[in-house]
Amino acid sequence: MSELAERTNKHSTGESFAEPHGQLPVRPKPPLRRFHQARWDEPIIFELSRPGRRGIAVPEPGAPEVELPEAVRRAQPPRLPELSQPHVLRHYLRLSQENLGADLNVDVGQGTCTMKYSPKVNDRFAAEVAELHPAQPVDTVQGVLEIYHRLERMLAEISGMARVSLQPGSGSAAIYANVAMIRAYHASRGEGHRDQVITTLFSHPSNAACAKTAGYEIVTLMPDADGYPDIEALKAAIGPRTAALMITNPEDTGIFNPRIKEFVDLVHSVGGLACYDQANANGILGITRARDAGFDLGHFNLHKTFSTPHACGGPAAGACGVSEALAPFLPGPVVTFDGTSYGLETPERSIGKIRPGLGVTPNIVRAYAWIMALGAEGLRAVAETAALNNNYLMSRVLRIPGTSAPWDKRRIEQVRYSWRELSEETGVHSEEIGVRAADFGVHYWTSHHPHVVPEPFTLEPTESYSKEDLDEYAAILAHVADEARRDPAFVKGAPYNQTIHKIDPTPLDDPKQWAPTWRAYVRKHLG
Amino acid sequence: MSTAHSCFETDEGGLKTHPYIPNSEPGVRAEMLAELGVESVEEFYADIPAELRLNRPLDLPEPLVAEHDLVRHMRALLRRNTDTVETLSFLGHGIYPHHVPAVCDEVNSRSEFLTAYAGEPYEDHGRFQALFEYTSMMAELLEMDVVNVPTYDGFQATGTALRMACRHTGRARVLLSSAISADKLSKLRDFLAPDIEIVLAPVAGNGEMGDVGIDDSFAAIYLETPNVYGVVETRGRDLADLAHAHGALLVVGADPISLGVLAPPAAYGADIACGDIQSLGMHQSYGGGHAGYIATHDHEPLVAEFPSRLFGIAPTAVPGEYGFGDVFYDRTSFAHREDGKEWVGTAAALWGITAGVYLALMGPQGMREIGATILARTRYAMDALAPHVTVLHQDAIHFREFAIEAPPGLLERLRAKGIFGGVPLDDRTVLVCVTERHSIADIDRLAAAVREVMT
Amino acid sequence: MATTVGFVVGLVVNPVAGLGGTAGLKGSDGAEVQRAALAAGATPRSGERAARAVRALLAARPGVRLVTVPGAMGEDSARAAGASPGLVRLARPAAPTTTAADTRAAVLALRDVDLLLFAGGDGTARDVLDAVRELGGQAPPVLGVPAGVKVYSGCFAVGPAAAGELAGLWTSGATVEAEVVDLDEDRYRQGRVSPRLYGVLRVPAARTRLSGRKTGSAAAAPGTVEGIAREVVSRMRPGVPYILGPGATTQAVGRALGLATTLLGVDVVRDGRIVAADVAERELAGLAGGAVLVLSVIGGQGFVLGRGNQQISPRVLSRTGGLLVLATQQKLAALGGRPLLVDTGDEDTDRKLSGHVQVITGYRESTIYRMETT
Repeated sequence: MSELAERTNKHSTGESFAEPHGQLPVRPKPPLRRFHQARWDEPIIFELSRPGRRGIAVPEPGAPEVELPEAVRRAQPPRLPELSQPHVLRHYLRLSQENLGADLNVDVGQGTCTMKYSPKVNDRFAAEVAELHPAQPVDTVQGVLEIYHRLERMLAEISGMARVSLQPGSGSAAIYANVAMIRAYHASRGEGHRDQVITTLFSHPSNAACAKTAGYEIVTLMPDADGYPDIEALKAAIGPRTAALMITNPEDTGIFNPRIKEFVDLVHSVGGLACYDQANANGILGITRARDAGFDLGHFNLHKTFSTPHACGGPAAGACGVSEALAPFLPGPVVTFDGTSYGLETPERSIGKIRPGLGVTPNIVRAYAWIMALGAEGLRAVAETAALNNNYLMSRVLRIPGTSAPWDKRRIEQVRYSWRELSEETGVHSEEIGVRAADFGVHYWTSHHPHVVPEPFTLEPTESYSKEDLDEYAAILAHVADEARRDPAFVKGAPYNQTIHKIDPTPLDDPKQWAPTWRAYVRKHLG
Repeated sequence: MSTAHSCFETDEGGLKTHPYIPNSEPGVRAEMLAELGVESVEEFYADIPAELRLNRPLDLPEPLVAEHDLVRHMRALLRRNTDTVETLSFLGHGIYPHHVPAVCDEVNSRSEFLTAYAGEPYEDHGRFQALFEYTSMMAELLEMDVVNVPTYDGFQATGTALRMACRHTGRARVLLSSAISADKLSKLRDFLAPDIEIVLAPVAGNGEMGDVGIDDSFAAIYLETPNVYGVVETRGRDLADLAHAHGALLVVGADPISLGVLAPPAAYGADIACGDIQSLGMHQSYGGGHAGYIATHDHEPLVAEFPSRLFGIAPTAVPGEYGFGDVFYDRTSFAHREDGKEWVGTAAALWGITAGVYLALMGPQGMREIGATILARTRYAMDALAPHVTVLHQDAIHFREFAIEAPPGLLERLRAKGIFGGVPLDDRTVLVCVTERHSIADIDRLAAAVREVMT
Repeated sequence: MATTVGFVVGLVVNPVAGLGGTAGLKGSDGAEVQRAALAAGATPRSGERAARAVRALLAARPGVRLVTVPGAMGEDSARAAGASPGLVRLARPAAPTTTAADTRAAVLALRDVDLLLFAGGDGTARDVLDAVRELGGQAPPVLGVPAGVKVYSGCFAVGPAAAGELAGLWTSGATVEAEVVDLDEDRYRQGRVSPRLYGVLRVPAARTRLSGRKTGSAAAAPGTVEGIAREVVSRMRPGVPYILGPGATTQAVGRALGLATTLLGVDVVRDGRIVAADVAERELAGLAGGAVLVLSVIGGQGFVLGRGNQQISPRVLSRTGGLLVLATQQKLAALGGRPLLVDTGDEDTDRKLSGHVQVITGYRESTIYRMETT
């Protein structure tokens, strides 16, 4: 411990900045933030339990109790923890402090995730739908239906699509719904034999995974020597078995494929559909549209591009947009408007309901309010600033010796970088640099697999960060790269300023040792 | 360069510095462009062919940049809703009006949780611990050792649980009780197609799953309890024995809020439990409060079939310190690996954390008491309505919901009396939901209204 | 951290590996070449690279026990890295210019370790493979520290430090098969890359790193050799002969069929049975009518035909009725956009094979990839 602390100080904060006795601090701050994550050393909640305590009272039955037969009666009470209310709150607030929300940090390091500011006022609007039930008569929910309808129209305008469904619970759920519509569309035309979906290596892997779950065979186009998906390979891949092309653009490398319309036209020429994963749309809002490139359907992630909070990994929300030809297949019900009032209706050939309720309504409300606060000019400012921030950050990052951005192409809203040179020189891996960077209070992410870009990291600065923020992030990376050269073992030993220290993951893969719950832990390790 | 104008490069009524966008401030924007040696942001878009450029502003409503203007606009829209607090509501059918403790809302609205995403187990330690505690408390409730980080909702959890059973057994046919919601069945049909066949079992006169037979081609029997009619299934053990005799699994859909009083599925032999956790501290939110759980015993071949993340305790460099990480992350290296394991994406983690807060507040006593209250009030409501309408499955045990035969117009007329009376299941069946939020007086009011409508 | 009790790592260094590289000699096989390299002023670098691996090993697993053989074949590198290794004496001490026999003898002497690190190139890997074969089931898992001129075999870590680190962090005991491939150095010096598969070694299975697990990541199973094999089997049609080329991936196809096909030879299967095993060109030509070729990518250069499978001649190819190429996405990604290669010796045949071919990358997963002549 003491040795760790000593080394941490040596490397992370440099010399002492203490003021002369009795004087207020006037010296400049050190170049890097002297961050330390909260460390409450908080026990597991079961360890805080004392029998008999309770956190909340429940209404008395007020009616005769029901006797249950033994076959359905619980034999012994669940071994849940017993805590009073202030202690439950305190425990969870401590855990929250040990978590790095986007609101707290320069969250440009979780590339492809589009971490942007989620306005606080929108959370208040979201709370106002808390007590609405989706089976209420439509005349009692005209407000929420109007919000759905208006957001659908906005997203239709932004993508150029004819109709939009807001039912999916996330981006991947939207991709799956799109696959289901593709399947239903071909089946309706007697072309159910189309059993192949084509995607690209740098499209989000959910495209391949969802299509495969839905029964399709996957054909993946690898990048060519220029970093674009190989169009000659596409020409060889398409044919009577092609159901659809599912593609991201710009891809996760940040490179926009300028021949995208050719890709779409090729797939159309054999009767396939073109489906646009618009996960990376943040840099092209108001600049270019899916339908204008000929796409038949596509999706947005409302928690990425349209600012709804990521919520530790959901609830999120997805939006499917489709052309007129595919509108009959949308998940049902969809919102209708007859000029005076809003209603619900299931399209004739709908793939059906894909989740309870009409969608993740609090996030629909947030996304709508976000667009309303920006308008057309504002969305364009979002896109252009995201591109400006990305290119600015790229210029800063590429000044750090040991970094590169393969393929020497323009980037729009994100970049997949490489630490290949630094790693070869020092033996320090990209993941390890990320863990050390977190010692300065930021996130960092590498890449999906396989790692075509060696020792990858992916940064996506969005419009929400200032020049000063971007300078700070680049300075952190430069500092860690410097540490890796001077003392690679130190970087590999990180973290030092986090809630916990370096994890040994070995027991997580051993069935005899792994403990996915406290119950398993007690049985295997405390028994 | 495109003819499209940039919002940065227009003065005539164009955008001023937007409060959400720090670098929309013209000075800093110019400084950054100058540092990049770039004339205009247009240069970043040079790869987008001219014919794909949208050379006009998007046709969107005028923005409400001032926060107050936005608030006024949103309030005007939201005022057009009447919710289930303003109107006495007996709507359920998968989305339930349980009381949400204030501490649940307090914790899940913390920025640290609300705006976090996918950091590592170091800087996001709190998320890992909170989700580990959620799965751990669910495990106690379910008496099973392995519980996933939540998936989207109970529909998805059921679909995935059935796919897990199919992968595990290498079979492609499942038996489902017909006492299931039409919406959930629609989702299952979509998700299990095209390779898994769904066989529907009849509903018995008492509302439980009817007599069924399976053979060795079945991967699973899926039993839901309480089922869509609110009926508590009593033959779980028989169905477990039947499934196991044919090498199939018993998959049980159970609402965790019932498990303080009802036996957990594992107690009567279930291999996989699944369902929705909206009851545990999430608001109805017009369908926005859902998350799904899947649980199994700590049996390696079945654990291998989880597509979801599983968080477990790991040691750190400091003795006694809890770290967390993904359990059995390389599940693809196990049997049936080449089938893929569906996908893992952003789903509903925050609702998992919230359900953990709920279970910690409730404890064993709270869970027993809420179960007893709901059982008692459901029976009370059935008895209160029985003199006026036909209450179905009277002899069965009901939890939270029951079905009535409703004459045409019943719901509309109740509505006129300020009551949402229930969710129609078909032309003549209405599902009535009663929770701990419905006082005896509320139920009496419903009964009185039904009596008036029916006479 | 990781338990260290009783875990013993062995170390064998081929001190002349890599010697030819600095002298531009494209390899170091044979005493002649080694002498020429030394005369040209080449300095051995394998000892220093082995020391880097040992340093990383000690950092990853403090207290690990290291056992090696005296002198330049291990001891010197271990000491240079600050370790105090246990020493096993060889019956015949190695001469300053070591031979393949010395490497084999050292491996045999270190047979009881939990993991054997060896520093060298593809030639060294072949010597290790020979010794491992001699040991049969008693052989320890091995891991190569890349220190030679030619390092195309799959049994090497990506760098010396990575080798030491992987050795140190490897606690699961899980291993995977890795191919040993070598080039013919004489042809290589003539500018012709000619990889050949010699066999497989068991190497530690690298655990996926703890980090990089985004919630938003899809958990699509990455294509595995077993997935590829299952896909090939699902495409097989009754009555059609399938010609399985050399390699671990094609051997997995045999395994998926329940057949003991050969690793290094060319086999013909039909209707779930072996029709002919380890066939020569002439016999193959007789069986090739209407057959489907199933070939994996040999070595890191992208060769599909004409290297290590010359039995599949232009004559054979002219009679076959289809081609399935097998490779994981990872292996294709490692080509960095370079094409797959064919070099059958017949321009016409090569031209016909050029273009985009379907490559099976997993169960119900494939890619379309460019194939060209050399």
